[in-house]
Amino acid sequence: MKLKQSLCVLLATTALAIPAAAEELTIGLASEPTAMDPYFHNLGPNNAVTRHIFDRLILQDENQGMKPGLATEWKAIDDLTWEFKLRQGVKYHDGSPFNADDVVCSWERAPNVPNSPSSFGTYTKGKSVVKVDEYTVHIKTEAPYPLMPNDVSNIAIVSSDSGCEATTEDYNTGSASIGTGPFKFVSYSPGDSIVLARNDDYWGDKPIWTKVTLKPIKSGPSRVAALLAGDVDMIDQVPTTDISTLEKKADLALSQGVSNRVIYLHLDHKRSDSPFVKANGGGAIDNPLRKLEVRQAISKAINRDAIVERVMEGVAIKAGQLLPEGFFGVSDKLAPVDYDPNGAKELLAAAGVPDGFELTIHGPNDRYINDAKIAEAIGQMLTRIGIKTDVETMPRSVYFKRASRGGPNETPEFSFVLVGWGAGSGEASSPLKSLVSTHTPAKGWGASNRGRYSNPEVDGLVEKALATVDDDARQKLLAQATEVAINDVAIIPLHYQVNTWAAKKGLKYIARTDEATLAIGVVKE
Amino acid sequence: MSLIVFFGVNVIGDPVDMLINPEADQAEIERTIRALGLDKPIHEQYLYFLKGIGSGDFGKSFIFGEPALKLILHHMPATIELALVSLIMAIILGIPLGLYAGLFPERRSSRLIMAGSILGFSLPTFWVGLMMIMLFAVHLGWLPSTGRGDTAVFLGIESSLWTRDGLSHLFMPALNLALTNISLVIRLTRAGVREAMHQDYIKFARAKGLHPRRVIGVHLMKNILIPIITVLGLEFGSLMAFSVVTESIFAWPGMGKLLIDSLLQLDRPVVVAYLMIIVLFFVVINLVVDILYSVLDPRVRLKDQGS
Repeated sequence: MKLKQSLCVLLATTALAIPAAAEELTIGLASEPTAMDPYFHNLGPNNAVTRHIFDRLILQDENQGMKPGLATEWKAIDDLTWEFKLRQGVKYHDGSPFNADDVVCSWERAPNVPNSPSSFGTYTKGKSVVKVDEYTVHIKTEAPYPLMPNDVSNIAIVSSDSGCEATTEDYNTGSASIGTGPFKFVSYSPGDSIVLARNDDYWGDKPIWTKVTLKPIKSGPSRVAALLAGDVDMIDQVPTTDISTLEKKADLALSQGVSNRVIYLHLDHKRSDSPFVKANGGGAIDNPLRKLEVRQAISKAINRDAIVERVMEGVAIKAGQLLPEGFFGVSDKLAPVDYDPNGAKELLAAAGVPDGFELTIHGPNDRYINDAKIAEAIGQMLTRIGIKTDVETMPRSVYFKRASRGGPNETPEFSFVLVGWGAGSGEASSPLKSLVSTHTPAKGWGASNRGRYSNPEVDGLVEKALATVDDDARQKLLAQATEVAINDVAIIPLHYQVNTWAAKKGLKYIARTDEATLAIGVVKE
Repeated sequence: MSLIVFFGVNVIGDPVDMLINPEADQAEIERTIRALGLDKPIHEQYLYFLKGIGSGDFGKSFIFGEPALKLILHHMPATIELALVSLIMAIILGIPLGLYAGLFPERRSSRLIMAGSILGFSLPTFWVGLMMIMLFAVHLGWLPSTGRGDTAVFLGIESSLWTRDGLSHLFMPALNLALTNISLVIRLTRAGVREAMHQDYIKFARAKGLHPRRVIGVHLMKNILIPIITVLGLEFGSLMAFSVVTESIFAWPGMGKLLIDSLLQLDRPVVVAYLMIIVLFFVVINLVVDILYSVLDPRVRLKDQGS
């Protein structure tokens, strides 16, 4: 009896396993958004999912370049004012028209969502939005601010009718999830699925998918299995260990693209007695990481090709600076440092530590692709040139606090750390400001400067760049700042992460540098 | 209990680093710390927490901004479903198999069952789960690999038990979760049967000329069920509370997945509220088990305590 029943279940599911109509798309996501409210949580997974429903004034293309969204054009009309011309004739999903009032009230709500774990105030602070006419707004700043388009591209536009007074819960139930984006909200069931339907009145290129289901499947092997079983049409964040197997499958296609995320090493530039740097045998030593030669030696001792080939299984690009080529503000004079262990030993000798010293590298083990393995590889490479390196990795929930402010007086606890940085703005001022500018809480600089690197020359160049509205001039200043910091080995870049999406044969994902997975980027071949 | 949990959870890491956008500057980080109440000394946080519990408020999730209790209750039906089905599987597969192995211990098939039960015990759940997905979903294509199926409302309860799609999604995770318990029930039943078969009351029942079916079904079963119920009751609690591995592998939107996600992201209020609820749960389950005893065995009925 029971057997018969379970047989029935099996038969029923075989019938259901027939591929769905081609216009429906199901995507398996590695990370889940925490709300449908576009201003609740300023974090990658949320921003990616809300982009389906809500447009921004300026959209970021797959390389994080700026392209017109709800604004058709924008320019700085003077040092302190940016003018945005709004797109006319755009309708919200409920049919109400889009105009300047929506922009003003969206910007008001964005930084003021109750209980927001990470607010959008980062982008709105110091700016005020003024309605000029129905289809023109001005955004004013207190000081010249060239990154305005980047910041604007991060603020979703909700409806003044339904969205501005709504609570996060209203967005989660869908009553406020009414945008102008390519997809309409259908349902949101946390931990299970997000369902979207095509917006047939979309002002831009209409998506080919009539219905999109986003399913969070956090476990890597399960995500791959769901794709192999045909339960989902595409997955993101394919585990590197599975890439070679999936490549051989005739009915699957992989899409890869470099990300804006650099994996790098930060060294203690500040303390003369650094807690995890010891003389051979464990005695105290004047922190050798403060000597340029020692930092150069460490960089030369690292075989980036081996890390890319062996640890990352070919799915990474070795790095010589803060962002891969092609991004705004990248220097064309910087190349990845070549592997040269003998040169590294000579540099150590020149720095007065010919026999090396003892060091501990700390890193997370669940944050970046293969992070713990990278730390282990670096430990071995440094030990080879005489810097006896211990490796200690830990879960990110513990790691980041200790690396950022685990020491006395909220100083960084470690001496030598492995970290990654993704440039959310898509240009070089983001890593320059956060990683290598002097730690100055009052200015909001150096927030992630875990080595407490401080160089007035870099600070000056970054400061100047951030006050230069002219793109060409700013690009040069940013490149120059990068060159100064990298030549001084403020950080040691290792590689840029490459992201992998896998889809059924016939589908292709337009890989994005910001690592987001968007249904609109899934195209038929 | 609340003290241990609260302080235990609060010494690990810093949730702010999990929540905040890396681009945020120091002022923004400060603002978040204050908004979450993490700038206060820990004993103050605890007092605040206790005050909340008094009025049924376990605090708000750092990550979702919703009341932790609501979040847990929202994920509970999926887990109850899973635990219930896997408990039923353990009973309907475990007891007959154990009975068979106990009644005919010398048969080769009985030996096979016992060997199987050892495997069921010792193979790690996550591995079995992945193998099942590979076999049933990837190679045979019979069952969906992950997630929860369609739900329907029946008798006022919304559940995926009422739809075919729901059941097909439920089958693998429930079986995976049930494996250890099936093995446990097999072994318990077999041991009970082996012991009871030589008891006088069984011999007497047989001598009376009762049908073997009645001897086994009534005389034997009644006596071996008590330890099984005790164990299953406790196991049901564990199934509910800690189906973490199975739920993660099968992307089952239940409480176990909520717990592990909350732990990894340091969503402290949810973890604390979860553990408090689980404590309550075990208490209730043990009460139910005690009541079941008295139904099965008149000797432990409450009113007899007085005499």
